[in-house]
Amino acid sequence: MAQALDPHAAIATTASGVETDDGPLRTADGMPLARALARSQTQARRRAFLLVLPLLAFVMITFVVPIGQMLQRSFYNDGFSANMPQVSEWFAATEPGTEPGEDGWAALAADLQASAEARTIGVVGTRINYDVPGTRSLFTSTGRKVRDGIEPPYREALLEIDEEWGDPVLWGAMRQASTPLTTNFYLASVDRTRAPDGSIEQVDPRQRVYVMLFMRTFWLSALITGLTFLLGFPIAHLLATLPTRKSNLLMILVLLPFWTSLLVRTTSWMVLLQQQGVINDILVWLGVIGNGGRLQMIYNQAGTIIAMTHILLPFMILPLYSVMRTINPSYVRAARSLGATSWTAFRRVYFPQTLPGLGAGALLVFILAVGYYITPALVGGSSGQLISNMIAMHMTDTLNWSMAAALAAILLGSVLLLYWIYDRLVGIDNLKLG
Amino acid sequence: MKSILITTTALVGFAATAGAQEVNVVSWGGAYEKSQVEAYNKPFTEETGITVNMIAADNPATPLKAQVEANNVTGDVFDIEVSDAIRMCDEGALVEIDPADLPAAPDGTAAADDFIDGALQDCAVANIFWGTVIAYDTTKFEGQAPSTAADFFDLETYPGKRGLPKNPKRTLYLALIADGASPDEIYDLLGSDEGVQRAFDKLDTIKSDVVWWEAGAQPPQLLADGEVTMATGYNGRFFDAMVGEGKPFEIIWDGQYMDMDMFVIPKDAPNPEAAMEYLKFATDTQRLADQAKYIAYGPARQSSASLVGMYQDGKTEMAPHMPTNPDHLETAVMDDPEFWADHDAELSERFNAWLASS
Repeated sequence: MAQALDPHAAIATTASGVETDDGPLRTADGMPLARALARSQTQARRRAFLLVLPLLAFVMITFVVPIGQMLQRSFYNDGFSANMPQVSEWFAATEPGTEPGEDGWAALAADLQASAEARTIGVVGTRINYDVPGTRSLFTSTGRKVRDGIEPPYREALLEIDEEWGDPVLWGAMRQASTPLTTNFYLASVDRTRAPDGSIEQVDPRQRVYVMLFMRTFWLSALITGLTFLLGFPIAHLLATLPTRKSNLLMILVLLPFWTSLLVRTTSWMVLLQQQGVINDILVWLGVIGNGGRLQMIYNQAGTIIAMTHILLPFMILPLYSVMRTINPSYVRAARSLGATSWTAFRRVYFPQTLPGLGAGALLVFILAVGYYITPALVGGSSGQLISNMIAMHMTDTLNWSMAAALAAILLGSVLLLYWIYDRLVGIDNLKLG
Repeated sequence: MKSILITTTALVGFAATAGAQEVNVVSWGGAYEKSQVEAYNKPFTEETGITVNMIAADNPATPLKAQVEANNVTGDVFDIEVSDAIRMCDEGALVEIDPADLPAAPDGTAAADDFIDGALQDCAVANIFWGTVIAYDTTKFEGQAPSTAADFFDLETYPGKRGLPKNPKRTLYLALIADGASPDEIYDLLGSDEGVQRAFDKLDTIKSDVVWWEAGAQPPQLLADGEVTMATGYNGRFFDAMVGEGKPFEIIWDGQYMDMDMFVIPKDAPNPEAAMEYLKFATDTQRLADQAKYIAYGPARQSSASLVGMYQDGKTEMAPHMPTNPDHLETAVMDDPEFWADHDAELSERFNAWLASS
């Protein structure tokens, strides 16, 4: 019976054994064949799963969970609702637009006092300040005054501390913040705001910045992708067709900057491009431009485009190269021998074969460019800033992580959307990364 | 976010769990960190036997917030800006510090009276004052040297590009001062729409000639490269370039912007006693004065001023380079942390929208 313990052996035994005409095939010990097969496959799958489990756990812990938690901040902020329970309850019990009565004021006063005592008043103020700038100090200063107690009537007492407490805009913002779920950060990310009556309107033209930066980010990324293609295609072709020794040398020239630190490459561009820099010095020396007419090539959009194109170039060259190497030169020769001009042979025969590499390179460069941060920050000046610089500002300066998360979520969503469109148009199976 | 923070902060904190008595201090790195190591850490370890682990951050408030959010605080003492200190204190993240616990001045003046106004907050003790000031390249203006904030905006008399930081906090005030506003009314103006517009209108006059900088190391570099002829930057950095490297720069103290750096202790700090010991030691009269030997930032105690001596080169008198020198304070604008906690996000958005418009 030792054979029966091994399901595969058992199958072989029965398959070559006597066919029974009633019921399915069975193993030697009488178990239906399908079930034995399923069991053995389950075991194999389980073992395979155990092998990938560490990777899965790693990806979950370092990627899915943190990003998920970060994105959660973009629509969930309980800074107000968790620390102001009574007034949140009052908001839940009343209709939007209700004029606060003494019960509402009493709830507000009690919450302010409790929150000031628990030293969470700053969290509350910060949350409201996101929607009504300038109100954070209203909460903290009122908190300091009511910490040791507040006497009724509460409406008069609070208005005495600061008249701003009577502002319907403030009450509207508090009502919106009284539930932790909010769309306000997403609205702010597209330069919209919620009016006190709940309708959505555009912010003051002087405050509109995000939509424009999103557009600029996608436009510049597309431009940089195009430039890396124009510059990278001939290099990749050269790499793929030169004799091995020469192409290896050329490859090192491509890879060397790729291995160099991003910051070093960015600062090298600053040395080269600035007005007192190497390129301007040479142009002045050659007499192409006068000393007074030095070109402004950095600290503006041009700087961002030049530096990022250079930095991202290897991501276009390498996939193109790997595809071009596999293209059989006899196809082009055949096309030529059949009378095609060199341009037609390139366009109709050679170029279509490089598309998988081009697709991979373009996707890589574009997605990397969309999220680029340090290079535009250093060489972009004012016109070369991208949306990632605003995300970084909200992460490190204003410490408004909800806003940073909302901007990042929109960026992530648009990249996924583009990826989907790309998949529909080109097909992701046609991608060749190397 | 939390888990990754837990893992990364756990790695940082790992070093701290070994050994007997330690304190983890998160500060800004660079020459500033070096001055703290020399003036505070070395004598502190010598006196108490407590080891100090210095951890550098671009802005220590960011890891502080991250550690508090992740409920895994590994730093004991953080050196942060005053607006962040007040904000975090109001959010209940920091230990309250009683001024009575701090050492008195050598002459017996209580700490509460000895520290300069604003240097003691509910949860924070200032160690230094630093200024954002204008500096210019003396070789570029040989005939007539600029001397005021208004000269910074005068492109005709003082041609050349200007370096300004890419944030509203340290640009709008300068525009208003240059436009003739008095330092006392800056925050009233910035709180009103017309005042902010006035600042932007003034900035518009030089906008096309501004090189915007992001990191504190950039303005001295921009000046040295000849990219700009005048730039605003942190006075300690300019001092380093002028005295340390002998660059031909001169500082204009008119319209300087004064900030404080403060020590704070987070709740749940792993070594709270050692942290408090360190904070008391580092902010006593002698240590604050000692720090000025290594960097041109002003001590937060009045009693330290008379003890400030020479730079480490032994021949440069430090007093004239201090942002707290009475001669430099006449038109100085003090940082208003409450104002910026209220309006930072709003003005940053408007500033970026202004930057992006041509």
